[in-house]
Amino acid sequence: MAIVVDGKTYETDEEGYLVNLAEWNEDIAKLIAGEEKIDMTPNHWEVVNFLREYYNEFQIAPAVRVLTKSIGKKLGPEKGNSQYLYELFPYGPAKQACKIAGLPKPTGCI
Amino acid sequence: MSEGTAKKIMYVNRKAPYGTIYALESLEVVLIAAAFDQEVSLVFMDDGVYQLKKGHQTKGIEMKNFQPTYRALDDYDVNKLYVEKEALQARGLSQEDMCVPVEVKSAAEIGKLMEEQDVLLSF
Amino acid sequence: MLHIVNKSPLERSALDSCLAAAQPGAAVLLIEDGVYAATRGHAGEGKLRAASAHLQIYVLAPDLEARGMAQSLADGVKPIDYAGFVELVAQHRNCQSWL
Repeated sequence: MAIVVDGKTYETDEEGYLVNLAEWNEDIAKLIAGEEKIDMTPNHWEVVNFLREYYNEFQIAPAVRVLTKSIGKKLGPEKGNSQYLYELFPYGPAKQACKIAGLPKPTGCI
Repeated sequence: MSEGTAKKIMYVNRKAPYGTIYALESLEVVLIAAAFDQEVSLVFMDDGVYQLKKGHQTKGIEMKNFQPTYRALDDYDVNKLYVEKEALQARGLSQEDMCVPVEVKSAAEIGKLMEEQDVLLSF
Repeated sequence: MLHIVNKSPLERSALDSCLAAAQPGAAVLLIEDGVYAATRGHAGEGKLRAASAHLQIYVLAPDLEARGMAQSLADGVKPIDYAGFVELVAQHRNCQSWL
């Protein structure tokens, strides 16, 4: 599979995850978000950017429990809870936000 | 899972990284299984201590460098990491060469810990 | 507890590592290429004999036979069949495979 942004083609896997995370940019993120029926707000970007930073540092997409805890540590308890994250990403913060962030599916996520 | 039913699970890592898939497979199993809230410990023996030797640079072999992921284990509440003393000595390594905080234990001490486990997963 | 070793003692250090960690009273089962450790006349024979003083050493007979070593079984090692293997696993609380 592939997605096309500005006439350029980017390879994705059969579930729509970007194959080469180095190719990621905000336009790709917006396109994937659109397919996921998500309207990107600053709060969405905050989580997506957090995920990309986490991946850069640890080379993994965190499990949702770890994501929640780490976001809480960095952005405060009002954001570090699953209700907040599920409101932003109704089909699963780890799964949807990772896809938008151009990361692989979190390890252990089915 | 309630406190009373938590099992003691030990991952025994004895292979060097990159030459075989064992090290990466072990790490992935640890991360997946961490969701189940058990009492987890990781042991590094024999060539397994090379998994934690600081400074992996894998660009040249075109393989994923999974060393940074060991630093995420703490986020997953996996913080009991034991390294075999004899294995470090035999390889000219010391605790300072390890990329994450570890506890150094003799083979016999590790053997004692093994006896206490409910489950041992060998890699 | 039960320790299982499946590597030849002359090619790999798995058996040495196992013996260094195994606690008195533990069982050690030699299978596959690990069975060579349970034979007479090889360089590491003395080590296994010393270990058999405080460990119960077993060898999987079909693996020994397959390699033509059934006649060279060292003293102090108990041969078992597959049913005995299952029994051994069931008897012990846990098990470590020294791959």
